[in-house]
Amino acid sequence: FTGQTQKMNLFQAITSALDNSLAKDPTAVIFGEDVAFGGVFRCTVGLRDKYGKDRVFNTPLCEQGIVGFGIGIAVTGATAIAEIQFADYIYPAFDQIVNEAAKYRYRSGDLFNCGSLTIRSPWGCVGHGALYHSQSPEAFFAHCPGIKVVVPRSPFQAKGLLLSCIEDKNPCIFFEPKILYRAAVEQVPVEPYNIPLSQAEVIQEGSDVTLVAWGTQVHVIREVASMAQEKLGVSCEVIDLRTILPWDVDTVCKVRL
Amino acid sequence: MRKMLAAAVSRVLPRVAPKPASRMLGAAGTFADNATFDIKPCELYRLEEGPPATAVLTREEGLKYYKRMQMIRRMELKADQLYKQKFIRGFCHLCDGQEACCVGLEAGINPTDHVITSYRAHGLCYTRGISVRSILTELTGRRGGCAKGKGGSMHMYGKYFYGGNGIVGSQTPIGTGIALACKYKGSDEISLTLYGDGAANQGQVAEAFNMASLWKLPCVFICENNLYGMGTATDRAAASTEYYKRGHFIPGLKVDGMDVLCVREATKFAADHCRSGKGPIVMELQTYRYHGHSMSDPGVSYRTREEVQAVRSKSDPIMLLKDRMLAGKLASADELKDIDAEVRKEIEDAAQFATTDQEPPLEEIAHHIYKDNPPFEVRGANPWIKFKSVS
Repeated sequence: FTGQTQKMNLFQAITSALDNSLAKDPTAVIFGEDVAFGGVFRCTVGLRDKYGKDRVFNTPLCEQGIVGFGIGIAVTGATAIAEIQFADYIYPAFDQIVNEAAKYRYRSGDLFNCGSLTIRSPWGCVGHGALYHSQSPEAFFAHCPGIKVVVPRSPFQAKGLLLSCIEDKNPCIFFEPKILYRAAVEQVPVEPYNIPLSQAEVIQEGSDVTLVAWGTQVHVIREVASMAQEKLGVSCEVIDLRTILPWDVDTVCKVRL
Repeated sequence: MRKMLAAAVSRVLPRVAPKPASRMLGAAGTFADNATFDIKPCELYRLEEGPPATAVLTREEGLKYYKRMQMIRRMELKADQLYKQKFIRGFCHLCDGQEACCVGLEAGINPTDHVITSYRAHGLCYTRGISVRSILTELTGRRGGCAKGKGGSMHMYGKYFYGGNGIVGSQTPIGTGIALACKYKGSDEISLTLYGDGAANQGQVAEAFNMASLWKLPCVFICENNLYGMGTATDRAAASTEYYKRGHFIPGLKVDGMDVLCVREATKFAADHCRSGKGPIVMELQTYRYHGHSMSDPGVSYRTREEVQAVRSKSDPIMLLKDRMLAGKLASADELKDIDAEVRKEIEDAAQFATTDQEPPLEEIAHHIYKDNPPFEVRGANPWIKFKSVS
């Protein structure tokens, strides 16, 4: 990845990816609850001013409606980027995701599809979120053929993976670890770039045991690997799964000696 | 958009006259026993007639409503303080400004009626009978809290009060079910299901309206319209901001939610409607919240400080009641000041307890997941941390 980079935290990396998308794809629109002023986590700051109110707009409070509506936009060929304000609120949209989005292409014999739909949602524990601002619901979607589910671990990963989700011709759910929105900072390219979906990343080589994680837990597992090496003399391989569905079986199961 | 919003806000500003239409002098001659006040007539939808245009306030009632509203006001401000001091963590949604809604509601119903609401619930918890001490202690997450310290701000419950619900709109079909139970049991109890202007656009609210109306359930649907669904103004979220008409085939009332007497009379009217078997009714309470959506929201990025100030100085529910009581000679300014002092003391004592009580024991963290199930293990943050779940 050559080219200019800038120090960005996770929400800024997301904004950058969305900015790139709206710039190169004139059919791309962003919508969700409170996204117009910038969003509750500031992921959409500045986009409405830059691209106009018919491309970045608020929806009423209706998750089922938001996703259904997003599927409709995508079916006509436009790029729909829907935000569900917290992953904890995604359940009213579960039917639309599982029964409509995931099956559209299959059931129409490839005549129709909503591949240009991407749903982004803040995800995971944050310390003070309790029942309804902390959930990690990827497991509910992990067994639903027809959709893709992605969880990034860092700003650099997030931008590349989100751009891949938006460009992927299948409906994607992109969960953003909210605890990392401000906490994770790194150099991220300003121009668009892609990180492939369904490819796990071996972030640390090892020979005794494989540790697989995604999102926030990748950082925890990395610490665990150091501790295991130090205290137990165990050599751990650390893998960031990145795409939960369809997942990279080969990388995880491949024997590396 | 600005103009429409200004119009909406000005509707919340008072047309309430503090001077009584009439009053009855008490035996002692110092204070009146009661006074009659004009209240703003409710706009009606699918109703031939509505609540009365005047309300009688007795001295006793006035003092009671005043104390309750002041208690809620000070409790919410104390919660604000405790949150900033990090005694309260997580999410905290305050209802200061909306006191007339919960106090007026309680005054219009029986203690055995059933109430369910959203997450902006502290005021209703109090009016439904949970002590300030239990509420503040629940907010600080200690074992003396009304949910044993495990529920927090959004999950406080009491007999005949079903919370406290974190997911927007989820309480509406639940409240409808409670109404079914009331009808089925043949009691004359009713269900009051509150939701906000944001929740009014949730699909399940439409589902609840349909079921309640189809089966003629004794459910009063109450939309607390405080003009903003978190950061989104009502006219940006709703095709129709006439929330009292959104029940479509269900009759509705638009009520001045800053006037405790207006809320009381409308609630009585709505409750009678349900109790007489006519089916559900929708009440829209026009109200305002001074705080932002939650403690994480300063509340001024989508509305101006001037707007908040204007409502505070012209329509404050406690001020309106106080002005009426003084004009109607139902109480003296000193007497009300004494009540203020009592309230302050009770809140301080409650806060003292709330910040010093013990946290619930960690061993109990996984209890009450199931009922009558043999104890089982629940994993904690990793597979080797196990908690026992006992029902």
